[in-house]
Amino acid sequence: MTAAPLRSVRLGPVAFRLRPRVLAVCLALGSLVAAALAVCLVVGDYPVPLPAALAALTGRGERLDVFFVREVRLPRALTAALVGAALGMAGAVFQSLSRNPLGSPDIIGFTAGASTGAVLTILVFGGGMLPTALGAMLGGVGTAVLVYLLALRRGVQGYRLVLVGIGISAMLGAVTHYLITRAELTDALTAQVWLVGTLNAREWSHVAAVGAGSAVLFPVLLRLGARLRLMEMGDDTARALGVSPQRTQTLALVAASALTGVAIAVSRPIAFVALAAPQLARRLTRADGTTLVASALMGAALLLCSDLVALRLLAPVQLPVGVVTTVVGGTYLVWLLYAEWRSGRA
Amino acid sequence: MSQSSSPRLRGENLTLAYDQRVVSRGLEVAVPDRSFTVIVGPNACGKSTLLRALSRMIRPAAGSVYLDGKLIHSYPSKEVARRLGLLPQTSVAPDGITVADLVARGRYPHQRFLRQWSRTDERVVAEAMAATRVDDLADRLVDELSGGQRQRVWLAMVLAQQTPLLLLDEPTTFLDIAHQLDMLDLCADLHHERGHTLVAVLHDLNHACRYATHLIAMKDGAVVAQGDPHEIVTADLVAEVFGLPCRVIPDPETGTPLVVPSDRRRRSGRWAEARQAG
Repeated sequence: MTAAPLRSVRLGPVAFRLRPRVLAVCLALGSLVAAALAVCLVVGDYPVPLPAALAALTGRGERLDVFFVREVRLPRALTAALVGAALGMAGAVFQSLSRNPLGSPDIIGFTAGASTGAVLTILVFGGGMLPTALGAMLGGVGTAVLVYLLALRRGVQGYRLVLVGIGISAMLGAVTHYLITRAELTDALTAQVWLVGTLNAREWSHVAAVGAGSAVLFPVLLRLGARLRLMEMGDDTARALGVSPQRTQTLALVAASALTGVAIAVSRPIAFVALAAPQLARRLTRADGTTLVASALMGAALLLCSDLVALRLLAPVQLPVGVVTTVVGGTYLVWLLYAEWRSGRA
Repeated sequence: MSQSSSPRLRGENLTLAYDQRVVSRGLEVAVPDRSFTVIVGPNACGKSTLLRALSRMIRPAAGSVYLDGKLIHSYPSKEVARRLGLLPQTSVAPDGITVADLVARGRYPHQRFLRQWSRTDERVVAEAMAATRVDDLADRLVDELSGGQRQRVWLAMVLAQQTPLLLLDEPTTFLDIAHQLDMLDLCADLHHERGHTLVAVLHDLNHACRYATHLIAMKDGAVVAQGDPHEIVTADLVAEVFGLPCRVIPDPETGTPLVVPSDRRRRSGRWAEARQAG
């Protein structure tokens, strides 16, 4: 009598709906992330066979193995996974709020703002990892707030947000490049690296930073998931169902901005993961709205795989991972725009 | 019908405005319990605005809306959503959502942290789909449905909220005549058989007269008349509210008032020409 997709599953006090396809996709992506993590530990100019790598994780085996696995590769891989997950989830939230697949932090000015903030901090206050990371966060969040306010008129409409964001991004890009051309050569070199995201030489301190941010912000956003999905049906419908659109919007925007800020502070602006991961996740799960968990897993998988390419493509030269994600993501963006235009929505 | 105590939903001394533009001033509106109340009036008379105020979509600039004796804005939003359901004029169906999934979203106000989806949710959604006759469509995509089917699906979502009060903002717009009546029959069933209190904004005066048990006629943001359609719908009222000369006769089918507009061509002699040409 009851249609299969509506069946309730009970585990003790917990009752929920099972969505087999979403679950399958999440499990598959989770396995992919685990496999990519394992590969990251093994490959490199100093290869460590998998059994030795796993032994090295617990501190056993050759000293050099332990050093490479525990101090070099594991923190880098974990940073990639966490930053990817953070970008994927934040991107999903931004796209949901703007009701537009283009409404990711890359497009709405967040990334450009973070670059400008970092470069400004380096050139004006002189480097330092922590001040620069803070400058990047402030720049990103500040830009997001500015774009949001400029796009605000009786609620935010997706396309206005995207258009304002593109405009602000372009202006900030010009400011950043101007700052760099005016700078001393050494400063300019330090600043230049803030234009492209990288995972080279990430350490445990980076893992701790992005881990702490994720531990706080993932649960906050996951709790908002259901409300975000209802708001995709329009503010009136959401309010009629008992959601407070203004409050949900503000809370989600703050949490997603903070998450993006943490990710950028740790790995510098890695382009396109936040744009592509949520859409790919949604297409795979065929879900009827934003899927935060699948988006996060997809982001982690994308960034880990991109980092492997960046690491090994021109070995021993290490490319910044941002170059790889830009090439992959740029292709995806062209395809997305083409598909949107064909469906007559853009 | 107990109308001795104050009705569950009423507006007192309402001033309604969008930004600075005042639409209504000093409105007194009571929705009789267990009635099928219909709000009619010409375009831009403020009827949808009134419905939006009654459903806490907008906050009145002055005055108050009371739900079960308390200010509607003093309830948590989810609590209101368990007592009062609204079908807004426009809703966006998410891409690729199935009928069952959309109707299931109506259960949101009843969901709790650990109890995301219970047997009750399962049963209520199935019943809502059966009541609106969309159970055969459960696995279909909403995008693929016809306008009439889609409107029934949205109604099923609101029914899944299990609210004693149902507010519908122009539920028949964009439907052809057969589907309009289909929708209204459905509403009448909900009213008669399930005991819901319904409030609907409608465009068609004759539909309003046929289905409403309580009619609210508005013009320029003010309530001109309210009451049983039998008692209040007269040629004078229609002339006052819509500026339309007409005769009001008993509907041969139901006996409810039927508004027949006067033929304004007759006087100019064009009527005869039109008949000959036709």
